[in-house]
Amino acid sequence: MGPAWQREVSRVSTKVVNELNWMIGGAQGSGVDLSASSFARSCVLAGLWVYGTREYYSNIKGLHSYFEIRTSDRQIRSKVDEVDLLAAFDAETLVRHADVVNPTGGIVYDPAVSQTPIEKVDTLYKDEARQIQVRLAQEGLGSDVGAILEEAKRRGVKLFPVPYGTLVQEVAKRLGTSELARLNRIINVLAVSVSLSLLGLDRSYMKESVRQAFSASRKQKLVDMNLAGVDRAYEFAEEKFGERGLPVSLAPIQNGPRMFVVGNQAVALGKMAGGCRLQTYYPITPASDESEFLEAHENFALLGDGSDDGKGSIVVVQTEDEIAAITMAIGGALTGTRAATSTSGPGFSLMVEGMGWAGMNEVPLVITLYQRGGPSTGMPTRTEQGDLKFVLNASHGESPRIVLCSGDMEECFYDAFRAMNYAERYQLPVIHLVDKGLANSNMTILPPDPKLVDIGRGKLILAGDHGALQGEEYRRFAPAEDGISPRAVLGLKGYRFWNTGDEHDELGHINENSENRIKMMKKRMTKLETADREIPTAEKVSFYPAKGRPDVTLVSWGSSKGAILEGMELLERRGIKAEFLQIRLASPFPAQVVRERLSGSELIVDIEQNYSAQMAAVIAEKAQINIKHKVVKFNGRPISLNEVYDSIRLIMARPEANERVILTHGA
Amino acid sequence: MALKLTDVRTDLHNDWCSGCGDFGIEASLQMALTEMNVELHRVVIFSGIGCHGKIVHWTNTFGIHTLHGRTLPFAQGAKLANPELEVVAIGGDGDGYGIGAGHFVHAGRRNVDMTYIVHDNGVYGLTKGQASPTQKLGEQTKSLPQPNINSAVNPIMLALAAGYTFIARSYAFDNRHLKDTIKRAVAHRGMALVDVLQPCPTYNDIETKAFYSGEDRPDPATHRPVPRVYDIEKTGYKPLVTKEMTNEDVDKKTLEVIRISNEWGDRIPIGVFYQNENVPTYEDRIIGRIPSYVDRPPAIQRIQLENNKSAVDLPRLWKELIISG
Repeated sequence: MGPAWQREVSRVSTKVVNELNWMIGGAQGSGVDLSASSFARSCVLAGLWVYGTREYYSNIKGLHSYFEIRTSDRQIRSKVDEVDLLAAFDAETLVRHADVVNPTGGIVYDPAVSQTPIEKVDTLYKDEARQIQVRLAQEGLGSDVGAILEEAKRRGVKLFPVPYGTLVQEVAKRLGTSELARLNRIINVLAVSVSLSLLGLDRSYMKESVRQAFSASRKQKLVDMNLAGVDRAYEFAEEKFGERGLPVSLAPIQNGPRMFVVGNQAVALGKMAGGCRLQTYYPITPASDESEFLEAHENFALLGDGSDDGKGSIVVVQTEDEIAAITMAIGGALTGTRAATSTSGPGFSLMVEGMGWAGMNEVPLVITLYQRGGPSTGMPTRTEQGDLKFVLNASHGESPRIVLCSGDMEECFYDAFRAMNYAERYQLPVIHLVDKGLANSNMTILPPDPKLVDIGRGKLILAGDHGALQGEEYRRFAPAEDGISPRAVLGLKGYRFWNTGDEHDELGHINENSENRIKMMKKRMTKLETADREIPTAEKVSFYPAKGRPDVTLVSWGSSKGAILEGMELLERRGIKAEFLQIRLASPFPAQVVRERLSGSELIVDIEQNYSAQMAAVIAEKAQINIKHKVVKFNGRPISLNEVYDSIRLIMARPEANERVILTHGA
Repeated sequence: MALKLTDVRTDLHNDWCSGCGDFGIEASLQMALTEMNVELHRVVIFSGIGCHGKIVHWTNTFGIHTLHGRTLPFAQGAKLANPELEVVAIGGDGDGYGIGAGHFVHAGRRNVDMTYIVHDNGVYGLTKGQASPTQKLGEQTKSLPQPNINSAVNPIMLALAAGYTFIARSYAFDNRHLKDTIKRAVAHRGMALVDVLQPCPTYNDIETKAFYSGEDRPDPATHRPVPRVYDIEKTGYKPLVTKEMTNEDVDKKTLEVIRISNEWGDRIPIGVFYQNENVPTYEDRIIGRIPSYVDRPPAIQRIQLENNKSAVDLPRLWKELIISG
């Protein structure tokens, strides 16, 4: 029997097939990422769907990192708290995570580390080590890793010791090599293979996964080494653990092509699809991976229209800082190029002056903001939805901006695409809000359909339009009912214009005349009303109705979406009917539709990954709905479906006592 | 048809102080554009914040008046997106060597094919005369409550260290020299700096027009002032770094640039200090990675098909991410 969430979602009650959560941990730089992706890839090759999350420190080598891969025979989009099988090769992984292994689960570990005293795990914070020692002492256990394992065993967890060193030596012997130092890298593959063997998945999937993982390196020796590791690990596990007695298992299913993607990549693909041809950035976690993906794919093929050789490209510039990143992107945008920049909180803080200039001069610009734990440097590698109110108000004075919030990989793609359109249609900066939880999570999705979105360039004046002026002087900021003037680009003959950060007249020259000021402020801000009028409701909010009369209305935005949708399914199985309003456009705020959706609800719960429930505050301001119940999480770890389920049950059981629930899960 | 000076001027009221060196720079720039007979629609002038920034409004080309210190990244973005543009960035000494100093250095590393002209008057004029990064240590210009206790930056040496491939200095009221220097800077293939010494008649009462032209030190024989400013290229100095030069020759030139650029006081050097066209431009470096950039840089790429769908062959692009069951 698996944990409650699993029994609820699985078709089988005692033996759970294709519904499990696997975790692997280890020191950063030791190959944990590779292990996790080869486990996930094996599952995907077996036709399954995966959702993986990555937790790590701001560190290059040595500090602890871990991956969780949840897999299922249906599409999944969130994480769960409990782990069915934990794979470890070091002491710290056991010390940190053995307690989240569910009582019917198992732990794969290296018996060589069981003698390690807790205080010798020197990457634990001292307070953490002390707390663990106190806990073990209270249970009458010793103070080493063995005690941690004993503690797990007492709860029913099965232990699977794997002497990695011995296995590595055996593989070396089999391959006739003495390169043990190099071979040690295969312990990752050993840990994954033992895990998959325990879960009953045929080794052919792992072998294919290894081949694909190393296909880029073209080093046959490396592939052979790892394949030999897969064989030895499977043999060992079958021999040693035979009938393994885990209630969870994996079995291949028939499935079609799926995209295995991380959030950074989904955004990058959306941008490219949406016509982005200049991306500027300054390195920052967790945003840079997007720019690096773009740079790695800077040359790409265009669909032929016969007019050229079909070679497309994107220029990616690594700048000296985020101020240069945004201003360089603006310079590019003035030439008619669709331009974007990508950053995280500290970088965005530096960008706000540039953003204000783009607002003042009505420049189309996309800023992708990967939120991470703030304030200040905060927690660079942890997730948070803490920048909503910042981006809504960023930059001095008042300037228009559109703010899009993506909730999952598919939305990352489509929103990145649409952001490029909105920027050009409304001639203003568009902030695409995502977060570390999305950036670094991997997930199987159906490949997006780029044909669902058209490229619309708004009132861009193309070279062929020459003559439209009929002898008049071109006025870049000519008044217009919708606030949007025909936009020429640098280099377009006959359409000379000026820009300035000063208040300006229709030509773009400095002008502080009172009437002109009022006219220009109105013009710029009117564009938000135009956008509010034109953007379809489906792009502003997503509404997920309850099956029947709802007991509770959940409100959220961004990456909390997946956990909420899956938490709702669990709630429903317990007879609690929940509906969900996901806010996707934070500016211009869809006040009317939000008010309509929420005004009839008896119990509304706002769920967000920040301290102060920022969206609830925005809803109160813009839609005049005061949401009393809030579930917040700000420990930097992503929200899980269990947490949604538990917190809603808690609130429904005692609404008066639980107006603000703080979620705490995650190591 | 040949350009006339009136073609490159707007008819807006110019609000610089009378006697300002800005007028000399504006006139020289406009004359340079006229004489080069450039297609005006290809010219984009970027400026920063400070008195100099308004120059774009007096000039009849595309004019982008940007943020304080950020002229260079704005300008580089435009040039890289559309290399067909003739991009001239203009800054002030506080703007470019103070708040924008980081961008100044990194623009040298890139060597984008464009020109950067700096109005260098030693003070922050528009905020009423504070000391700028080029004001000398111990000087006390008119509005300073106390003498300046920062050392001055040497823009020529800084540009050399950063990798500028054309480094020049001129003087705002030596119209012919400045105009010719701007023309050479624009013609140079790579990142060009023209630092322009410029009196601020309102706030700099030390480096005045009279100071530069040496009115305080007449020639005993002719009783005519002996200008402090002198043209190094008229003394036989050759700025060009050629392919034929050995490393030792180049080192020698570098040391000479440092030595000359440190002259100040009785003799103030102007002229082209350094020119090296053997360094690949940033555009060349991009072409090395993206061959199609030559014909289709970002600004002139097609991004959509006739039916308005994305022009990118996405399934081909994301093939590596697709896994079949």
